[in-house]
Amino acid sequence: MFGRLTLEAIPYHEPIIMAAVGGATLGGLALLALLAYFGKLPYLWKEWLTSVDHKKIGVMYIVLALVMLLRGLADALMMRAQQAIALAPSEGFLPPHHYDQLFSAHGTIMLIFVAMPFIFGLMNIVVPLQIGARDMAFPFLNSISFWLTTTGAALLMVSLGVGEFSRAGWTGYPPLAGLAYNPGVGVDYWIWSLQISGIGTLLTAVNFIVTILRMRAPGMTLMRMPIFVWTAISTNVLVLFAFPVLTVTLTLLSLDRYLGMHFFTNELGGNMMMYLNLFWIWGHPEVYILVLPALGVFSEVVATFSSKRLFSYTSMVYATVAITVLSFSVWLHHFFTMGTGPNVNAAFGIATMIIALPTGAKVFNWMFTLYRGRVRFSAPILWTIGFIITFSIGGMTGVLLSVPAADFVLHNSLFLVAHFHNMVIPAVFGYLAGFAYWFPKAFGFKLNDQLGKCAFGCWFVGFYLAFMPLYALGFMGMTRRLGHYDNPAWQPYLLVAAVGIVVIMAGVAFQVAQIFFGILNRKKNLDLTGDPWDGRTLEWSTSSPPPIYNFAVLPVVQDIDAFTDMKQRGVAYSRPEKYTNIHMPKNSAVGVFIGMFSFMFGFAMIWYIWWLALVSVIGIVVTLIKRSFDNDTDYTISAEEVERVESQRFQQLATAGRES
Amino acid sequence: MKENIFPRVAALLSILLGGCSDFALLNPSGAVGEEQKTLILTALGLMLLVVVPVILVTLVFAWRYRASNKKATYAPDWAHSSKIEIVVWLIPTIIVVVLGSLAWNSAHKLDPYRPLDSAVKPIVIEAVSLDWKWLFIYPEQNVATVNQLVFPAKVPLDFRITSVNVMNSFFIPQLGSQIYAMPGMRTQVHLIANQAGAYEGLSSNYSGRGFSDMKFKAIAVSGDEFNTWLGRVRQSPLRLDPGRYRKLELPSEKNPVEYFSSVKPGLFDCILHKYMPADVKSKACEEN
Repeated sequence: MFGRLTLEAIPYHEPIIMAAVGGATLGGLALLALLAYFGKLPYLWKEWLTSVDHKKIGVMYIVLALVMLLRGLADALMMRAQQAIALAPSEGFLPPHHYDQLFSAHGTIMLIFVAMPFIFGLMNIVVPLQIGARDMAFPFLNSISFWLTTTGAALLMVSLGVGEFSRAGWTGYPPLAGLAYNPGVGVDYWIWSLQISGIGTLLTAVNFIVTILRMRAPGMTLMRMPIFVWTAISTNVLVLFAFPVLTVTLTLLSLDRYLGMHFFTNELGGNMMMYLNLFWIWGHPEVYILVLPALGVFSEVVATFSSKRLFSYTSMVYATVAITVLSFSVWLHHFFTMGTGPNVNAAFGIATMIIALPTGAKVFNWMFTLYRGRVRFSAPILWTIGFIITFSIGGMTGVLLSVPAADFVLHNSLFLVAHFHNMVIPAVFGYLAGFAYWFPKAFGFKLNDQLGKCAFGCWFVGFYLAFMPLYALGFMGMTRRLGHYDNPAWQPYLLVAAVGIVVIMAGVAFQVAQIFFGILNRKKNLDLTGDPWDGRTLEWSTSSPPPIYNFAVLPVVQDIDAFTDMKQRGVAYSRPEKYTNIHMPKNSAVGVFIGMFSFMFGFAMIWYIWWLALVSVIGIVVTLIKRSFDNDTDYTISAEEVERVESQRFQQLATAGRES
Repeated sequence: MKENIFPRVAALLSILLGGCSDFALLNPSGAVGEEQKTLILTALGLMLLVVVPVILVTLVFAWRYRASNKKATYAPDWAHSSKIEIVVWLIPTIIVVVLGSLAWNSAHKLDPYRPLDSAVKPIVIEAVSLDWKWLFIYPEQNVATVNQLVFPAKVPLDFRITSVNVMNSFFIPQLGSQIYAMPGMRTQVHLIANQAGAYEGLSSNYSGRGFSDMKFKAIAVSGDEFNTWLGRVRQSPLRLDPGRYRKLELPSEKNPVEYFSSVKPGLFDCILHKYMPADVKSKACEEN
């Protein structure tokens, strides 16, 4: 009846895990009770969970990312604490069974359930606004994508209290991830949370590509798109080509695990080297999927806060496209030590170095955007400068690792761990810069800049404390994923690294405080103009938060910095002659239901509850069929209603002294 | 040749980074490791030529063109300069060309499969990763050990590596290159110790529960000491026959050092063919 699910699956003999499960459950219930008490549950359901509005879906993506960030950081803190004390004879407080789950979960969470939702959240909020569109091309599909991503995250969270998570690392290399060496449910949790969220990601990529190619405002040619839109379309092209590879690879691994096949096992000609190749054919573009949107954010921020055009827009575009194409030609550098010949190793090494050229060109372009600007030191520009410094160092160690003969001694060491955190955390700087930059647009009020600067300071210093010692430890011959060790020379470095993660946590605490006080004092910090930073692109031309339809009249674009151009021509705030009816999609609960059925399906597959898996699949299919017969999926906002909303907007502008 | 372009930078960096003897990679004890150290420091030095100015200039620009500094030139529409474009693409390109040729040459010179340039005849050692320990077979000496590797210094070592079940990576940081140990596959690495000493050896690819303790000592000794040690191993009561080997295959953690006075010939090939069809396997493991 319940497959392999028994009461034994709940790890009640592990106090640390039970405390975490108890805390998370109680916290969730308390939040729910609070919402119910204030009668906000219907509002939450009608206005948010079932919303197909790109702005609200974007906000929900970012909320998901921030919640999962806390989980990922908690894992990081525990790993750092373990390594700080686990010098022989001590073996620390985490047995291998738990420690091995931690690093597997940390990687999966941070990449798939923090970074990905964060970038898709930012893109959702910003891309339609920047291209002057009223929503995504497929708003309903957007809702499904979000709920599939959330389902993946939920499955991963459930593994904490029911069963276990994978102990095969976030990369899940077979044969270790095969049934023979990992017979439990851990790897299956990993597979299904990646699979379900991966499908959501793929659907969202289709959505963005179509949106960007088909829904740009009149006059916005490709070479007038804001750089963030360029990085968004490049990212989604990467997703479109890379994620199917992951889906297929995980499917093959599932066939090994569920149906006794032998794609990656040792027996019957199975070959784990094939898995490594396939995994990294997805995995390396995935790195650029995470980094490119951050590069887009910096391009927007640096121009806005320097009050100046972005230096060399054209070379920025070509650099972005070059990175997109090249990122598919370097995957083998993740396993130079597999015994491939020197010609192949060197070719992939050199291809990797070549990516440094367009990436470097971008850095120079930001540098020369600052040059002869008027740089306003708000939090977003601090994140940008912190990024340039940190990313340059990370890029340097990356190019070092791309030299095959150097990689032979640095591979899999803490040097490698330091390197990829040195690339991904600056990307997170980009997400947080974007968060600070577009927060007023999404919510209509500004956050406290001082708290934002403190958050940046802690993240920046914390990063160096946490990861510079790891570079040194790599040179000392310390390999990754060690639960305990016996070299006393390593411990001081690991202690410093542990302090570093605490400092980063302080940065997160400042951000929580920033959001808390931001909401508390929102009336004092209202953004009446919709343009709090003297912005240059179209998202700043509409109100904050934008009306449901974004633009009453679609803007006409004549320049790369479309909004700056409108302000200079004095047409930024002119009243249109007349308003017309606007046609908008209706909210739908179908996305939530598909998410729920997908969750049931994933859970059933993990625990071998076959009847439930079948029921869930039928549920998904029936829901979709039912939706396809639903003709009542849109509505019209009348011209009078639009005029009413817009007059309010013009009154606000007049209050702020902006009306032309 | 190219490795010698920046000896000063390399020397300076090695003082900065390698002053302390705890840094295994900066205190190599073998020819391979030494070349890799020079390679790493040269590459880092070359890249610092770009990275340091980028960081400094960014900070200078950000400060000089701060909004409150009204004396600084303000050019809000200046967004193109062919001269700057050429420089920012050309200089990194030159460095990548130099680094690329360095990468190409070193990948060939330090190819783990390439025998080392040495007049001395290498010693063949077959290394097998098991859950969670290392088995070292000396086929020419017909002895084997677990979790201890003893070999003469200044003699090239010709390692043949495989795994019984899951992936590991065979690595002695102070000697140089690592290489994966994979089931059903034979990889190779050539190393040498320039002087006697005890070096840390490990698996550097996570392989499950006992991974953290999957370590061994790699001990380089003089030729005479090596022969004395061989004599001691040959007195061990344990023999690595098929029965004994099956016991070794059972998972164990923190396995103590073990010596085997003799080894069933062809054991390594037998392990390598473990997952092959029965007829191929039985040819490799004749006794079955």
